[in-house]
Amino acid sequence: MSILSVFNQVEISHYIYLSTVLFSIGLFGVLFRRNAIILLMCIELMLNAVNLLFTAFSSYMGDADGQIFVFFIMVVAAAEAAVGLAILVLVYRNTRKTDVSFLDQLKG
Amino acid sequence: MLQNLPIPFLVLSFLTILSALYVVTSKNPVHSVLALIFTFFTISAHYVLLNAQFLAVVNLIVYAGAIMVLFLFVLMLLNLSKESEPVKSNWWGIAAAISAGSLLLIITAAFQVSGEAVAKNPVEGIGLVKALGKVLFTRFVVPFELTGILFLAAMVGAVLLGKREKAVDALISKEESNG
Amino acid sequence: MDSALFLEKLILIVVILAITLVMALYFTFGERKIAAFFQDRLGPNRVGPFGLLQPFADGGKLLFKEEIIPKNAEKWLFILGPGIAMIVATITSAVIPWGTSLPIFGRDVQLQVADVNIGVLYIMGIVSIGVYGIMIGGWASNNKYSLYGAIRASAQMISYELSMGLALIAVVMMSGTLSLREMVEQQVGLNWNVWYQPLGFILFLTCALAECNRAPFDLAECETELIGGYHVEYSSMKLGFYLFSEYINMFISSAVMACVYFGGYNFPGMHLISDPMILGIAQVAVMFAKIFFFVFLFMWIRWTLPRFRYDQLMRLGWKAMIPLALLNMLATGAVSLFNSQGF
Repeated sequence: MSILSVFNQVEISHYIYLSTVLFSIGLFGVLFRRNAIILLMCIELMLNAVNLLFTAFSSYMGDADGQIFVFFIMVVAAAEAAVGLAILVLVYRNTRKTDVSFLDQLKG
Repeated sequence: MLQNLPIPFLVLSFLTILSALYVVTSKNPVHSVLALIFTFFTISAHYVLLNAQFLAVVNLIVYAGAIMVLFLFVLMLLNLSKESEPVKSNWWGIAAAISAGSLLLIITAAFQVSGEAVAKNPVEGIGLVKALGKVLFTRFVVPFELTGILFLAAMVGAVLLGKREKAVDALISKEESNG
Repeated sequence: MDSALFLEKLILIVVILAITLVMALYFTFGERKIAAFFQDRLGPNRVGPFGLLQPFADGGKLLFKEEIIPKNAEKWLFILGPGIAMIVATITSAVIPWGTSLPIFGRDVQLQVADVNIGVLYIMGIVSIGVYGIMIGGWASNNKYSLYGAIRASAQMISYELSMGLALIAVVMMSGTLSLREMVEQQVGLNWNVWYQPLGFILFLTCALAECNRAPFDLAECETELIGGYHVEYSSMKLGFYLFSEYINMFISSAVMACVYFGGYNFPGMHLISDPMILGIAQVAVMFAKIFFFVFLFMWIRWTLPRFRYDQLMRLGWKAMIPLALLNMLATGAVSLFNSQGF
């Protein structure tokens, strides 16, 4: 199957649905889970859903800008993961937990 | 509506959603990480279908090859795989599912109402390195440089956070010994 | 895609896989012979003439050994680990040009499985995934020595991947292409990239050693500290896969080095040969000669240098290799700017 024929058979709407589902799964994870590492991973998942949609639009419209945005999102995601994990390790060192619900000690 | 779609797209989408669900629901964080890596692989395959070969490979290098290794590394270093997450009551799950479900519903409904406004105009070769590089280093050169600075800042921040401060350490051990 | 091309590629893939596996088998033998030579011994010489059947005896032994999966191990991941290591090691060979082409049955068979226009990126991608085999295996064994091995391996591979990428970027900037075939075609005769990128080559060689977990960078399987590192708990063919994938990695990274820095299949006086059949065979022979040289270099280094300490390894990676690679990149950029525009 030639690659270009995908454009003829798959509508952009299918990609919209797919990435919406992925985004919702990521959101569900962020709301449901308490392990901070899993939370970070769910955020990565949501970012990837957006990336997929950007790429789909870019390819269907024949405009490279969308793919450049994906590039920037990846950069930001990498920076976010690095700093987030560093903070996480620090929190773990002090509290021995990665549970986010434990981090409410500033509450009066 | 689904039966007209090509098989590769269907299979890929199914795998993507399934592994994404496993990321969210798995009890063991290491399994979550592995499932997420698999999700990134399927998303890369989608990029290949969409004629964005450069992004497909970069996605693998950046996400699967760097970010997820970092996650797995932290999980192993802290040995968190054994730590069981406190079980939340079912209400949490239901509330989260309702919120995420309504988001899904709203976006889908909004899209249904607005209809397809996207003109289909695929151009061959925009996903290649040459085309992307030209756009990146002409129109987007300022954001590109800014992301470089962002990276530097993130790197410095991560190193600084990861570094154990001797004075603080001494203080903590002193407090601990005082009880 | 017409079916003849499909068949041609299929046969090519099978042939390359078979060659890779046989090479890896005989590298184990070569390694033992070379080690013996360096240590003034004879090495294996009992099985077959000159001990040439030794690798098959070793392989048979591994196959028929009892297979043990530890009770507390994660069963599926324990099996998945060596599988990933093996697959990742073998699929890199897809983008390597072994020669230009061979006329077989009236068809011009290209001696490269896939001429991807982003071959270098593909290799970087595969290299970055290579760490998972070790990490998953080490973690799933549920043994603290394996876990230490896995953690060490991952930290080491992330660190050295960076300078490897930076060293490659300098070559890419110079040659202006990401396709390995085009890169090789530019290095006609003796116009090899290594003359322009000596520092880059040394960096790449060091990183390749580290990525293959070869001595002096074999901290992940350091016997004196970690018993066997990530594969302590493995036995029979699963251990065989890990050991095998190391040799395949060595073979492939030698091939990549030969392509990127040493002209691949090019040799001086190549244009004098007019018969395409002889030319093709000569090219493949030259390519393999270069690969064997690098593999010998790998083994030579292993049996000469002592193992690094872990902090030395990290210091070398972050405080020496990366700054040098950045410097190399800067210099390459400056020179190519000067060449294209002048001051």
